[in-house]
Amino acid sequence: MSAPEVQDYVGFDTITQQMERKFLKRGFNLNVILVGESGMGKSTLVNSIFSTHLVDSQGRRTAQEVIRKTTEISPVTQTLEENGVRVRLTIIDTPGFGDQCNNEGCWVPVIKYIKDQHAAYLARELKPFRDRIINDTRVHACLYFLNPGSRGLRPLDVEVLKRLTEVTNVIPVIAKSDSMTTDERTLFKRRVKEEMAFHRISVYPYACDDDVDEDRALNASIRDLIPFAVVGSEETIDVDGTVVRGRRHGWGVINIFDEAHCDFVHLRNFMLRTHLSDLIEVTAQRHYEQFRTSQLRQIKELRDQQSAAAAAGAVPPGAVVAQQQPPSAPLPHQPMAQA
Amino acid sequence: MKSTAGNAGGVQKKKMNGYVGFSNYPNQVHRRSVKRGFNFTLMVVGESGIGKSTLINTLFDTKIFPDREEMPPSADAVKGVDVTSMSADIQENGVKLRLTVVDTPGFGDAINNEDAWQPILENIESRFDAYLAQENRVNRSKISDNRIDAVIYFIKPTGHCLRVIDIEFMKRLHTKVNLIPIIAKADTLTAGELEQFKAKILADINYHGIQIFKPVSDEFDDPETVAENREILSKIPFAVVGSEKYVARADGTQVRGRSYPWGIIEVENEDHNDFIKLRQMLLRSHMEELKDTTDMVLYENYRTQKLLSMGHVQDNGVFREFNPLVQMEEERRAHEAKMQKMEAEMSAVFQQKVHEKEAKLKQSEEELYARHKEMKSVLEKQRGDLEDKKKRAEASARPITPMEQHPTKGKKKNIFSGF
Repeated sequence: MSAPEVQDYVGFDTITQQMERKFLKRGFNLNVILVGESGMGKSTLVNSIFSTHLVDSQGRRTAQEVIRKTTEISPVTQTLEENGVRVRLTIIDTPGFGDQCNNEGCWVPVIKYIKDQHAAYLARELKPFRDRIINDTRVHACLYFLNPGSRGLRPLDVEVLKRLTEVTNVIPVIAKSDSMTTDERTLFKRRVKEEMAFHRISVYPYACDDDVDEDRALNASIRDLIPFAVVGSEETIDVDGTVVRGRRHGWGVINIFDEAHCDFVHLRNFMLRTHLSDLIEVTAQRHYEQFRTSQLRQIKELRDQQSAAAAAGAVPPGAVVAQQQPPSAPLPHQPMAQA
Repeated sequence: MKSTAGNAGGVQKKKMNGYVGFSNYPNQVHRRSVKRGFNFTLMVVGESGIGKSTLINTLFDTKIFPDREEMPPSADAVKGVDVTSMSADIQENGVKLRLTVVDTPGFGDAINNEDAWQPILENIESRFDAYLAQENRVNRSKISDNRIDAVIYFIKPTGHCLRVIDIEFMKRLHTKVNLIPIIAKADTLTAGELEQFKAKILADINYHGIQIFKPVSDEFDDPETVAENREILSKIPFAVVGSEKYVARADGTQVRGRSYPWGIIEVENEDHNDFIKLRQMLLRSHMEELKDTTDMVLYENYRTQKLLSMGHVQDNGVFREFNPLVQMEEERRAHEAKMQKMEAEMSAVFQQKVHEKEAKLKQSEEELYARHKEMKSVLEKQRGDLEDKKKRAEASARPITPMEQHPTKGKKKNIFSGF
């Protein structure tokens, strides 16, 4: 059955502009977490993507500096503005990740942080009087930094990716890809995709989300590029008169905006120009919903257990009533943190 | 060239009048060593994919390590650190080299790399032990030396200070082997970044007291060598790039290198990386020193520690000269002296015993004589008594008639029976 034809101009097509105006007023939140060993190029890459010095490298600079013993979580929030659109950008760095001799469990603080953000949002959502606009601190994207030159995924990568992909959108990147020739890059990417398929690690964009044809084509091309082999740079250099962002070596100059040199442009466009709202939506619809479902189920189970215990034991009914209020933080998501 | 009485132990410098010819000795040594051939054992340590095999193949311009075979993805975890060795006999200008390269796949690849150096350390020490055992053999004509002459440690080009695993590994091994740290995949760092990175690494190494192999010049070296050594020293740790493939430069020449969309990095170009310096130090100028240090310093230290820990004490008596004839003579003399001593002792004992026996006999003789005398006197006394009694008996029997003398023959009984 075809849609009925509208006779006169009604004007509901201005909703897009209305939404835009609201959006401009409100601005939006974008939270990105960087996961990778020290020296992989995390800070440089994120500063390059947003063309701003957002974060400082947390690597060890002097011999006297103490080596971190655990993974630290250090979020940095800044507000960027472009053409009237404001974004509250939070970059969460993870210094200490993968830097020890024994890296067992180095991912635990990361997973916990991501889940804590979901939990905080859930707690605010479940309040009887909740805010009109909840400040969204949920992690929308995770840039996972792979080690160039390895055969593919390392054991640590496999373990961490399995867990990260369950709680957030993961975008795997190779930050210092200027140590790989084009052939080596192709081989590495193929290898990584094979191993991800083998270990059933699904990274963003997800195959099931392709509903529109053009989306499907775009997503397929993105998936082909994964993991993004990029080069980051905060310096501008002069190449025959033109000023480019890049790195100057004795034997050549890398222009990070050159598609033949690296995938930087693709990554930036993908993250910011085409899939930005999708990243935020998918976080809310998929990861947050998953978390919420499992949490509420756990609460329900707990409540059932307690009511069963109350019925069986001598627990006063007052205690049972008290449980029916929405639980304040901390929610029982601690057991999941052991994953 | 007699030494004068003034300095009996001193060495004098004398000038010769003509050409004697002992200056040809080094050539003789050279010829003999060339005939015998050399061996060199190298170990490479670094995480998977950092370029160990490529660098070795590039250094020796031979495919010592075959290409890595592609394995399908598997759920097997990395199984600890393996220590494998490959040997190759290579020859250049008539000089034969038996090159052994020890690989350490799996180092630093697992999630938990806490004791990743343990198998490597054990391997190095077991080679020392094997050499020690051979040295203590009765027949030492064939000693095979497979001690590690140098360990090349590959550092990831992070740009920051050393990682925990780097520091831990180097701290545990630097007293057992010649440690040569290099920066792998140097094409990822710009010149400025490289300078800072090298400074950070050296600062870390000094801070933790790690001893790495450095070319040192002494007063015997000619100024060329001194300058060379200084140049090499200034580039440590070397930032290297390896490549087995040849690429075409802009002018068409084929060089070993890596081809990128933005340019070509040449392996043997000193402006691009320090490969030349590494090769020079490792093979062309300091190979002998590496082997020497391994033999004279590292091995000796290990041996001393090991023997001390086993409870051996320095016994200088072992070092006196051993001459068999002299020894036999000494033994004979010692034996004779012993025999004489025994003889003297025995005769002394014998004398003593004889003396004793004589004394005893004398004593018993005297005793017997005394007793004899005594008994004689007793007997005499008894006889005297009896005579007395007889006389008395005769005197009391006088009043008897003569007639009675005849009947006394028969009446004696009556008279006497009267008693």
